[in-house]
Amino acid sequence: MATITLDKLTKRFGKQTAVKDLTLKIDENEFVALLGPSGCGKTTTMNMISGILKPDMGKVYFDEREMNDVPAGKRGVGFVFQNYAVFTHMTVYNNIACGLKVQKFPASDIDAEVIKAAKLLRIDHVLNTNAERLSINDMQKVALARTLVTKPEILLLDEPLSNLDAALRNIMRAELKRLHLELGQTTVYVTHDQVEAMSLADRIAVMNFAVLQQFDTPYEVYRRPKNLFVANFIGSPTMNFLKGTYRDGKIDLADFDQGIIPIPDTCRTPLEKKLKNEEVVLGIRPEHLKLDHTDGVRKSSLKANVVNLEPLGSETIVYLRPQGGVDNIIKSMMHSDYVANLNEVKTIGFNEEDLYIFDQGSGDLVFTF
Amino acid sequence: MASIRLEGINKTFGKNKALRNVNFQVEDGEFFCILGPPGAGKTTTLRIIIGLETPDEGKVYIDDEIVNSVHPSKRDLAMIFQNLALYPDKTIFENIASPLKRLKLDEQEINSKVVEVAKQLRIDWMLKKKPAQLSGGERQRVAIGRAIVRQPSAYLMDEPLSNLDSLLRLEMRLTLKELQTSLKETFIYATHDQVEALSMADRIAILDKGVLQQIGLPGEVYRYPENSLVATVLGNPSMNFIACRIKENKDKVCLIHEAFSAISDKDALSTDVLSSLNTGKDLMLGVRPEDITISLQKPTEPSVMGEIYVTEPLGNKTIVDVKLGEEIIKVIDGPSFKGEPAQTIWIRMNEAKLHLFETKSRKCVYHASEDYPVRIDG
Repeated sequence: MATITLDKLTKRFGKQTAVKDLTLKIDENEFVALLGPSGCGKTTTMNMISGILKPDMGKVYFDEREMNDVPAGKRGVGFVFQNYAVFTHMTVYNNIACGLKVQKFPASDIDAEVIKAAKLLRIDHVLNTNAERLSINDMQKVALARTLVTKPEILLLDEPLSNLDAALRNIMRAELKRLHLELGQTTVYVTHDQVEAMSLADRIAVMNFAVLQQFDTPYEVYRRPKNLFVANFIGSPTMNFLKGTYRDGKIDLADFDQGIIPIPDTCRTPLEKKLKNEEVVLGIRPEHLKLDHTDGVRKSSLKANVVNLEPLGSETIVYLRPQGGVDNIIKSMMHSDYVANLNEVKTIGFNEEDLYIFDQGSGDLVFTF
Repeated sequence: MASIRLEGINKTFGKNKALRNVNFQVEDGEFFCILGPPGAGKTTTLRIIIGLETPDEGKVYIDDEIVNSVHPSKRDLAMIFQNLALYPDKTIFENIASPLKRLKLDEQEINSKVVEVAKQLRIDWMLKKKPAQLSGGERQRVAIGRAIVRQPSAYLMDEPLSNLDSLLRLEMRLTLKELQTSLKETFIYATHDQVEALSMADRIAILDKGVLQQIGLPGEVYRYPENSLVATVLGNPSMNFIACRIKENKDKVCLIHEAFSAISDKDALSTDVLSSLNTGKDLMLGVRPEDITISLQKPTEPSVMGEIYVTEPLGNKTIVDVKLGEEIIKVIDGPSFKGEPAQTIWIRMNEAKLHLFETKSRKCVYHASEDYPVRIDG
């Protein structure tokens, strides 16, 4: 198993900068997700790791070895794409074995490896089936097994679950995670889906507009997003953002008539030290914005009218319009049996430790309680 | 304002049976969702209603009038597609006004109607812009504005939000729901996204392979699915199905699984279950991930022993994949769940929220309730 070091990678396509000055150190056995919207540079980054693309500047290392001039075929990486190319006229067995046959392994070794990989992915009961008769889920497993038998030190996965329907995606996600626990290859996983990144990765590299925004554990990117982009991209439904002004130990929220959030005295000095100007954005996640005040949640002076309820089965999203606000709608995630009438006035409650204060200009997180 | 009814609709494309005996009635002013995976027949259903396809068999009614032979343009329906075709060289105002110009209304009337619709959709400040200057969500609003400005009697929407990113989808869900509430018009909305269906619809029709599976209120189809397909389509992660053998024991019925057994009073069960007993059919126990709780220590109450397969922390919750015998089920737990793969844990299922499905027919034969729970023993 190998570490991957990306040192100040830059890649341009014509005038477009696809990846800008990216430095990332991926540990041995680590599962790292490259997460971002389309066009953020995540696939370009992966292609520079595999060797399909050469960086314009910067270096790629596997362990201590510089890889820039090593061709893709010699880098010892395994690849699985969104569109898995399985040979449909061949049996599952031959599909999995083909990589080893190319490398001229003895037949008995091939047999043992194929069966081992098939068992691991739980497709050993279809080894003699023609691949064309498989479900999409099993086909993706065949593509994975074929890559795994070649025992790559590094596994690169490019949106491998995007073509599966929601139920299968949920199942395969767990299977991939378990597989990584058992095999422990250093894995880089490209996705635009924050749920996949959160559930699978040891660490997530969030990218936007060619620039790395944050590289942290799932817990950290959820709990301590470095800026508004990360805060907005991680979590579903997305974080609520309320513009406001900080002055004399109080945040005055623009969307509310009674929008004063007092800052405790002990927090004033550290907050003021970090704050460059008065304009702030207050962030609070829907799951932390409470409308009933049963479990020790603090009430605020903020009042809002219920404008819509979305019962989603396992939970209900409540949409509210701040009293005094024009266009901003805030969301609260409540238990599935929560009921409220349209236009009902609600007093919003939250705990201070669930608030985020961002600088409106730079978008950076400046303070959490 | 219109009610729309399909009666015995069949439609075949070559060898492919797109719709098989589809019947439903959409009430006047109702938000009606057709939910199903790709290829279910959702688009074909909409195209038959609007008149772009002719059914092989069956009748289409608009307000109790058979419209099978009425030309699409005379059906007074509007359709909004996934790929919206705005005129790129025209302003937003001109785009919204285009259907009215065809109706040859006078300038002043057009003006007031366009402005009114634009205000309703909160796009009145961008009327002078061109489509290319707008975001995806704004463009979708313009397309909706163009459809509502001529006040058709019903709206058909085919996956209108699929091309938007998740943030805009959330926002548009609210916009559409508010719009329908204020217009009080009939909406028929096709989607593959269960969240859209649950969050917006008055009623949901679940369609699969051209066959209507169930029609009901969102809460109803979620809580009381009539078959395992409906149970799978609604909810994310979807319902767990655990294969069991069935055995009779005096006045009780036992479901046997390698990790546990489930017991139900015989008189609570339907004749369907009892006939499964006699014919030796296998059953599946259905349980939603949110109806299971996990303990890291053995609880005093009856519980089922399992092993953690993996954990998936999602920030606001954790999905725990649990191995019960050879099967893996998903459980939703809180954000701070602590447990490691291979660790032994105990699960408790909400006994009032279990379902029994016939394995082969996929039909739900029993919904447990507070009064008639299915008891689980470890």
